[in-house]
Amino acid sequence: MSDDIKLDELDRQIVVATQAGLPLVAEPYQQIAEELGTTAEDVMQRMQRMLESGIIRRIGAVPNHYTLGFRGNGMTVWDVPDEKVVEYGEKIGALDFVSHAYHRPRFLPEWRYNLFAMVHGTNRDELKHKIDAIAEMLGEDNRAHEVLFSTRILKKTGLRLIPGS
Amino acid sequence: MLAKAVNPELLTELEKRLLNEYQQGLPLSVTPFADIAQHLGTTEDEVLRILSDMQEQGFISRVGPVFKPKRAGASTLAAVAVPPESLESVAAYVSGFDEVNHNYERLHRLNLWFVITAPNQLRVDEVLAEIEAYSGQPVLYLPLMKHFHIDLGFPLWC
Repeated sequence: MSDDIKLDELDRQIVVATQAGLPLVAEPYQQIAEELGTTAEDVMQRMQRMLESGIIRRIGAVPNHYTLGFRGNGMTVWDVPDEKVVEYGEKIGALDFVSHAYHRPRFLPEWRYNLFAMVHGTNRDELKHKIDAIAEMLGEDNRAHEVLFSTRILKKTGLRLIPGS
Repeated sequence: MLAKAVNPELLTELEKRLLNEYQQGLPLSVTPFADIAQHLGTTEDEVLRILSDMQEQGFISRVGPVFKPKRAGASTLAAVAVPPESLESVAAYVSGFDEVNHNYERLHRLNLWFVITAPNQLRVDEVLAEIEAYSGQPVLYLPLMKHFHIDLGFPLWC
């Protein structure tokens, strides 16, 4: 996937018109097309192009995990050998209970961890089993790990793609 | 901002299937909800009703495209260990920056975690410095080096 396609003004208007969700009507792309003064076919083609280029990751229902009862979410952090961080990042990222996995730099001496994974479960026991499974997969290359539970979301704003930016 | 949690047992099979199977792949067709209805063996009205209800109740935040985070500019995850007595004040100060789009309290010595996004690295560094000055604590910055997983949603119930 390549994300170097250029978005024109209408593409950006489509992003702005859809980023808070599609209208839940029988013909949503038609409704957006009418608002933007174009055709449903044009909107769908442009979204297809953004999907293929990776600007759109997916189109679908965006669950609110917390409301759905997934209360055992944790940010797990791992200290693995730097030369294996990509290999392990890909393996952990492919697990179906992991929503995101990232390689980030260590910040020594305060912070030794170089791999982050957001792990999801319905409760903390389930989460613990899943974290144990990751630890087992890493074996001796898991030099240390921690789980950081969030206790409060103090601010969370979605993507802000400003037209023209 | 968070709605009450639902007992997943209360969701119907159709609701679960919609949630599990349509976190991605919503058809780019003139009538996407009719197409989904045909696949699930129900009606377009029923699919629209369920999605509207779930959105209203906060089980889903929306139905639509999930965009890759903005490419332009600079950003970093940052963390700071804030003494409990100044947590409220520092948290509010951090959230007050337009450049901060996520700010979480976490159970850890490093108890405040946030993401700074700005048009350039210079502005990211300025925000980091201002937070460091306000909190009187060193701020760790951990910029993304590699993202391994393209977020395609994941199964809620197996």
